[in-house]
Amino acid sequence: MDLEKFKVHGEPLIYGAMISIALATIGILVGLTYFKKWGYLWREWLTTVDHKKIGVMYILAALLMLFRGGVDAIMMRLQTAAPEMKFLDAQHYNEVFTTHGLIMILFMAMPFIIGLMNVIVPLQIGARDVAFPRLNAVSFWLFFFGAMLLNISFVIGGSPDAGWSAYFPLASLEFSPTVGNNYYSLALQISGIGTLITGVNFIVTILKMRAPGMKLMKMPMFTWSVLITNVIIVFAFPVLTVALALMMFDRLFGSQFFTMANGGMDMLWANLFWVWGHPEVYIVILPAFGIYSEIIATFSKKNLYGYTSMVFSMLIISLLSFLVWAHHFYTMGQGAMVNSFFSITTMAIAVPTGVKIFNWLFTLRKGRITFTTPMLYTLAFIPIFTIGGVTGVMLAMASADYQYHNTMFLVAHFHYVLIPGAVFAVIAGFHYWFPKVFGFRLNERLGKHSFWWIVISFNVTFFPLFFLGLMGMTRRMYTYSEESGFGPLNMLSFVGAVGLAIGFVLLVYNIYWSTRYMPRDTTSDPWDGRTLEWATHSPMPVYNFAIVPKVQTRDAFWSAKQDNMPLFEDKITKIHMPSNTGKPFILGVIFFFLGFFLVFSMWIPAIVAGVGVLIMLAAMSFDRDHGYYISVDEVMATEKKLMRGETV
Amino acid sequence: MKIDASKPLEYSTEENSNKIFGFWVFLGAEIPLFATLFTVYFVMVDRFASGPSGSELFEIGPVLIETFLLLTSSFTIGLAVHAMRLGYKKAMMVFMALTLLMGLGFIGIEIDEFFTYVHEGATLQTSGFLSSLFVLLGTHGAHVSFGFLWGTAIMIQVWRQGINPATANKAFIFSLFWHFLDVVWIFIFSFVYLKGLM
Ligand code: HEM
Ligand SMILES: [Cu+2]
Repeated sequence: MDLEKFKVHGEPLIYGAMISIALATIGILVGLTYFKKWGYLWREWLTTVDHKKIGVMYILAALLMLFRGGVDAIMMRLQTAAPEMKFLDAQHYNEVFTTHGLIMILFMAMPFIIGLMNVIVPLQIGARDVAFPRLNAVSFWLFFFGAMLLNISFVIGGSPDAGWSAYFPLASLEFSPTVGNNYYSLALQISGIGTLITGVNFIVTILKMRAPGMKLMKMPMFTWSVLITNVIIVFAFPVLTVALALMMFDRLFGSQFFTMANGGMDMLWANLFWVWGHPEVYIVILPAFGIYSEIIATFSKKNLYGYTSMVFSMLIISLLSFLVWAHHFYTMGQGAMVNSFFSITTMAIAVPTGVKIFNWLFTLRKGRITFTTPMLYTLAFIPIFTIGGVTGVMLAMASADYQYHNTMFLVAHFHYVLIPGAVFAVIAGFHYWFPKVFGFRLNERLGKHSFWWIVISFNVTFFPLFFLGLMGMTRRMYTYSEESGFGPLNMLSFVGAVGLAIGFVLLVYNIYWSTRYMPRDTTSDPWDGRTLEWATHSPMPVYNFAIVPKVQTRDAFWSAKQDNMPLFEDKITKIHMPSNTGKPFILGVIFFFLGFFLVFSMWIPAIVAGVGVLIMLAAMSFDRDHGYYISVDEVMATEKKLMRGETV
Repeated sequence: MKIDASKPLEYSTEENSNKIFGFWVFLGAEIPLFATLFTVYFVMVDRFASGPSGSELFEIGPVLIETFLLLTSSFTIGLAVHAMRLGYKKAMMVFMALTLLMGLGFIGIEIDEFFTYVHEGATLQTSGFLSSLFVLLGTHGAHVSFGFLWGTAIMIQVWRQGINPATANKAFIFSLFWHFLDVVWIFIFSFVYLKGLM
């Protein structure tokens, strides 16, 4: 075996990363042992099948990845802050923008949303659990270990370097000979399978496990957005699965899918990638629309305006999202007819999106608005996202795109869509639902400080990029000359990026501060909420609801409070729960090793790991554990305790 | 667990009917998966570089046997489910065993076919066409092989535990999977082999 392949050469930065990863790992291991927390970790978290805890783990991992992707972003902005900077070399810059894009979209935005949906959707539909709790754990661990596999690439063997879109032939063995793009194909494959399973799980959960009386058109908007998102996942992710498999075959086994000779076709990759990639953008943005809808209704104290049109606009967006993929390569010679088709379908998406924006504005109109932190993010989202949308329509015009194509204008555009559309939304949702999960609010003053830092710095970072793009600065360019005149605006953008980092650090500090000092919430309904998740205790018991609610109207909990429509009329009965299992975690670990061995073409260990996967699947099939019951007495005791606010 | 006696065993609990519905959704994901593989194949079908084309390579004999085996096995898995609903454990086991044996035969012929191709110098590396052919057939074949292992695991469980809501549910879901593979094969048979031979 060739040990050379594991080594990443050169830079102090990488050695620094290696040392810090090693120190952090040792620190965690020593800490766990010292405080005797191994058992706790295993029993309460690694083996859990509780959708709330799985959701929390998703969110923790996503926050971690936000900082990993953020460090990449700062490094890029620093490198381009001034002409002829010598901070990163070209190869390193390539790796950094690739992992930045990948991590932000696949290991930050999407898992953050999946985390929120894990925590909230079963509560919103009045269910005790998701349809397949154990599969849910499998999903999480596959995502988690996929993410870890990508993360170790930086220090073992080298990261992918052909952009998050990994265009061929650039990403082929010939032009990208390190193992970086092997990591790409395997890490994304493993976590992608996890995502697909999530998609199946939540479609079944939402369609089959709603509380009695909750018709489809009575579902909360967030649940609707999640349902549509999961349908997109189920149709789009298999395309990624195939694309990544073909990439792996090309790179590991010398097949000829995307090669330039022997009948391969590099454009095939671009098509497959974007058939998945464009819907992927909506997978992260549609749930954001759902989150904002909930927040706007709650903090305007009004019903959401145009509920039905909200639902239909999301359905239309999801259909159109599959018809627009080729707008990502107008300039790659596909002819005027094809470009026109994709140009028109792309612009058509602006219509349903516009409908949503107006619905939100009408909901706000004459509302009794309270400016809480989640509401501030929502209000900031509307104008900023609109800028992103308008510049998107500019890019959608095929002929004009020949001008902006692959410039900083594009980079500015998609950050103007993705950051308010996904990042603000998950932060808003995080602040909004935090008290439900932990039983206390985040501090509002700190929350607002961090909000202003983030929103202002965001614009300082990205607005200059529109101009840089129009001046002709292309994307993915690691340095430029003094004469180009790009210097000052890039410096401004770097300053903004530092401000963003401060905002995110404040956000995390707020979590720490609030955990220590915020008063515990005794009402379980801190925002005067409208939907069912606020009808149970905070934090909620494992079984979510002692009695399954009966729903009659759209915002069921609001009606219960306003019009005295009772939700919980039945008697308490014993409750069936699934038992914990360590198998999903072990399966994740084995997948991690399988991926790692394949990255380095270590065939025999890879086969062993593959057999390990089959053994674990068999073990799960033969498992006869049908869960356990919580007796009526136990439920009563828990309810009493939670009622008095004695949280444990 | 509440058992609803008015429904067939495999649907009789809420968990069971959720699992069946979930599996349909999963098959919903298998459709774009195979659709993508077929698309890739159609894009690649004329790109044989210096390698052989389909008409030079394909032989109808083994493919007909493969088709016969798979179609018949789809019939026998149906009989197995029927026997299961009547509560005939032995008959169910026999039909499942027949199904799996035919699956095994199918895999055997496919592997032999692959060896023949490689022997004739037609490998995964030869051309875009052959890459897409091997991956399309291979994905289907891998599904059948996985199905063989999965079906065996279910047979062991039925044999040990008898026909109950849990095992009936598993066997039924397996039968859906098996039928699906059959449908995919019909597409492969028509659009890869017959069209390639023309
Ligand atoms: C937090 C502040 C962020 C900063 C300062 C930042 C900065 C950048 C920069 C400078 C680039 C372009 C590099 C180049 O073309 O040379 C980039 C690319 C990219 N960013 Fe961000 N970004 C941030 C957040 C995000 C977020 C939240 C997402 C997604 C949810 C995201 C997604 C992407 C993607 C997909 C690319 C394209 C990568 C590629 O070219 O392959 N970014 N970012
Ligand atoms: Cu797109």
